[in-house]
This record gives sequence, C-alpha cells and structure tokens, in this order.
Amino acid sequence: MKSGRFWAWVTFAIGAGYFFIPLIATFEFSLRKTRGIYSFDAYRSVFGDPHFQESFTYSIVAALFTIVLGVLLVVPTAYWIRLRMPQLRPIVEFITLLPLVIPAIVIVFGYIRMYGSNSPLPFLATTSGTNVLLVIGYATLALPYMYRAVDTGLRTIDVRTLTEAAQILGAGWTTIIGRVILPNVLIAVLSGAFLTFAIVIGEFTMASLLNRPAFGPYLQNIGANRAYEPAALAIIAFVITWGCMSLIQLLSRYAPKSSNQPR
Amino acid sequence: MRLPTQWLGVAPFFIFAVMFLILPTFYLMIGAFQNDAGEFTFENIAALSQPSIVAAYWISIKVSLASALIGALMGLAIAIAIVRGGLPNWIRSATLTFSGVASNFAGVPLAFAFIATLGRLGLATVILKTYFGFDLYANGFNILSFWGLTLTYVYFQIPLMVVIITPAIDGLKKEWGEAASTLGATQSQYWRMVVVPVIWPSFLGTVILLFANAFGAIATAYALTGSSLNIIPIVLYAQIRGDVLHNAHLGYAIAFGMIVITGLANVFYIWFRTRSERWLK
Repeated sequence: MKSGRFWAWVTFAIGAGYFFIPLIATFEFSLRKTRGIYSFDAYRSVFGDPHFQESFTYSIVAALFTIVLGVLLVVPTAYWIRLRMPQLRPIVEFITLLPLVIPAIVIVFGYIRMYGSNSPLPFLATTSGTNVLLVIGYATLALPYMYRAVDTGLRTIDVRTLTEAAQILGAGWTTIIGRVILPNVLIAVLSGAFLTFAIVIGEFTMASLLNRPAFGPYLQNIGANRAYEPAALAIIAFVITWGCMSLIQLLSRYAPKSSNQPR
Repeated sequence: MRLPTQWLGVAPFFIFAVMFLILPTFYLMIGAFQNDAGEFTFENIAALSQPSIVAAYWISIKVSLASALIGALMGLAIAIAIVRGGLPNWIRSATLTFSGVASNFAGVPLAFAFIATLGRLGLATVILKTYFGFDLYANGFNILSFWGLTLTYVYFQIPLMVVIITPAIDGLKKEWGEAASTLGATQSQYWRMVVVPVIWPSFLGTVILLFANAFGAIATAYALTGSSLNIIPIVLYAQIRGDVLHNAHLGYAIAFGMIVITGLANVFYIWFRTRSERWLK
C-alpha cells in the first residue's frame, strides 16, 4: 500500500494548500497598509476605530444574552424530555433542526412582517424591543447546536436517579435544574455556548435587516469602504473562531466519557 | 383524567418555537398566496417566473450545487486520506480541529480573505502574474463571478464534509476488507463493491446538507460581490430593505420558494440518512 500512502499525502497537501494560502494571503495583505513596509498599521487602525469597539461590544453582549436565552430554553426542555416525555423527543428534535432548513434571512423577514410597530406584539417599535428580537433570532440560529450539545451532555448522566435523590432531599424543580442538572452538564452547555458565540459574533443578515449596530454589518461596511482593514478584520475573526473551537476541544477533555445510565 | 401539568415543563420551548420559528415562517408562506387585499391568489407564485427572479434562483442553485459537490468530493478525499491513508496520527487530529474552525469561518470575513487572495490585487493573483506570467483576470476569472463565489463557498464546504463524513469512514469495518480479500476480491473490487455502496447514502445525504447550507447563505456573497452577482438571498435582501420589486407579496413568494427548495433538500437528506444508518452502527 505504498501508492495509497503517496496519494494520501498528495490529497492532504492539496487540501492544506487550499486552506492555508488564503490565510497567508490575507495576513500578508493586512500588513501592507503602509506603503513599502510590513506593519501592523491596519490592526492599529481597526482597534482604534470607535465603531469597531462599539459594534464588537454590542455583538459580545448580544452573544452573551443569546447564550443565556439558549440555556434557559434548552436545558429544562431537554431535561424534561429525557425524564418525563420521551415521546416528544422526535418532535423537539425536528423543531431544533428547523433553523437549518429555514434560511436566517427568511426567519428575520417573518419577524419584520409579524412584529412591526403596527402588530399586536410590536417588538420593532422600540430600540430595546428590536434588540430583544435580535437576541431571539440569534437563539433560533443557535438552537440546533445548543440542543445537540446539551442532549449529548444529558446522555452521560443518570437524570432519573439524580432527580429522585434531589427530590428525596426536598429540592424543588428550580433547585434540581439549576443546582443538580446544570452543573452536571456544564461542560456540554459551555461547548454549546462557545459555538453560539462563534455564530453570533460575526452574524450579518439578521443584524443588518433589523438595523442593529452589530459587528457583522460593521464588517460589511468596512469591506465596502477600506482596503487593508478588511484583511486585518478577517484575521481577527479567524482568531476568534479558532479560540472558540479550541475552548470547545479543551472542554471536551474534561467531559465524562461513558454513560453510567443503563439504557 | 390527570391534569397535564407535565406539559408545563416543555411549554416555554414550544411557545418560543411557535412564536419565533413556526408562525413567522407560516406568515410568509400564507402571504405568498395572498394579494394586497388579502384574497387568495397564485399570482405571486406565477410572478416568480419573471426572468430576473428565475435567473437568481438558478445561479443560487448552481453555486450551491457546485460548491456542495466540489466540497463533498474534496472533503471525502481528505477524510479517506486521514483515516485510511496511513498518515501520521497528528495529521488526523490537526485536520479535524482545523475543519471545525474552518467550517465556522464563513460570512463576511471569509469574503475578505478571498478578496485578499484572488481579488485583482490578491496575493495569489499577483504571484501568478509576476512569477508565472499567468494573468487570472485576463483569462476570464473574476472573484465576483460564479466560479469566484463557488471557490469561496468551498472553503467552508470541504471542512464541513470532513467533519460529517469522517465518522462514516471510521465506521467501515476492517473485517469487511479482510472478508473481501479472503473471497478473492481485488483492492478495486473492494472499493467498488463494498466501500462505495456503504458510503454512498451518507455521501449523498451530506451533499444535500451542504447544498442547503450554501443556498441560504448571504453574508459571504454580499460582502464579496455587493449586488453584482444576484443570487436569490441577495434579491430577497434587497426586497426586504427597499421593496425593489414594488410588490410586497412577491417578496413572500421568493421566501416561500427558498423554503420549498431547502425543505425538499432536507426531505432527501433524512431519507438518505435513514438508509445510511443501516450499515454504520
């Protein structure tokens, strides 16, 4: 199988080339802001831009709220489905997959038409309402990933025994979910959270159509108006994505591997 | 009869899903079959047949399909190389980690990266011209074109394929290869008659998933081409922003058409996936 290994190397080399050349090119381009020499001027210009700071902060805050909303929505549901209503599992799984079927632009289009200022639920009438709607939209985008992560986490713990033990000790439902279940699936929740963060931080479609000053629309605007800053921003975005994914990998090392739950 | 108290536990989730996922979608789907007076009509759907909209759907389908097929074939080749190619172990884990990152590296920054690489002043363009005397742009290539966009989409399609298909390749049991060679099969017969039939459903299923993934995407295309390449999400985007089609209900019909296409794609995906699960336990 000498030739097999040779072709494996060739395939790998072509793939590596395709993936590294754009990164190298972008990095090189980002250093060319000052004519004739390589410098980090483009990065300096980006970090010094107040619009960068504002939109980046806005998106971080939006991402944090999205994560909280996603956790509040998914953890109790996935837990309850496992404990009491396994017959609903196919329906819930189907719903969590819907955001992969319905494009984000269609979802936000529906929001704009349904929750406009003249509707019974006028989210879009106020700025804070629009912010809430944006976070809600992000939570739907993140739903497939968050649900899968949490459900995988719940599979590795014995939900029933933990619940019964907590009940015997006199715990109510909020205590059970908040202080027994959540800590046990914390690593799974965190990997869902980082994936959510990676999705939300640069999201363009929803933020742009809801007219919110998020990082995605800012990126687009810079791309249309500047030459070297976009390359610097692309590198920054890549580093952020890399960071989120590394944290997920790091966390998965601490996750319990085997299930102690008899099927 | 017991009071349905246990439903309370899942009520928030279902209320959320209905309010922010299902109703908004239905609202558009119903709107696609109504005129301004709220009467039932097929006019909006019929209006989708105007040449500019058909062209936009068509270019979207072509870009999504081309990027899905190229991404799937390249991704499959890479997955086979890292699982079966006898490469050192660190290459496998490094590739999988990188794929996780690259499959999430999409949107506006990806467009920037490709402009810096294959744009008129991009590094690859300049190097090809200066050192190899090959002028991409003089030879008809343009980053703001069908191939430019396809090549860019492939950047997140290949890693997605690698992430999804590697477990399927892992699932090919060693015993099958041994059984085949015991029965006198050649290496090519083993691949043709064992590997391909087993991998085939998950391969096709993933192609469809990649297709749907590219079809709904807008940010990369918009940042890359502005509105010089009218794929259907960009047409819808312009319509939402400024009613460029001068017919609100036509916008609903475009959204409806997109849901139909991604919906059909997912029906096929589920069908293929249930078939692939028979073997890859």
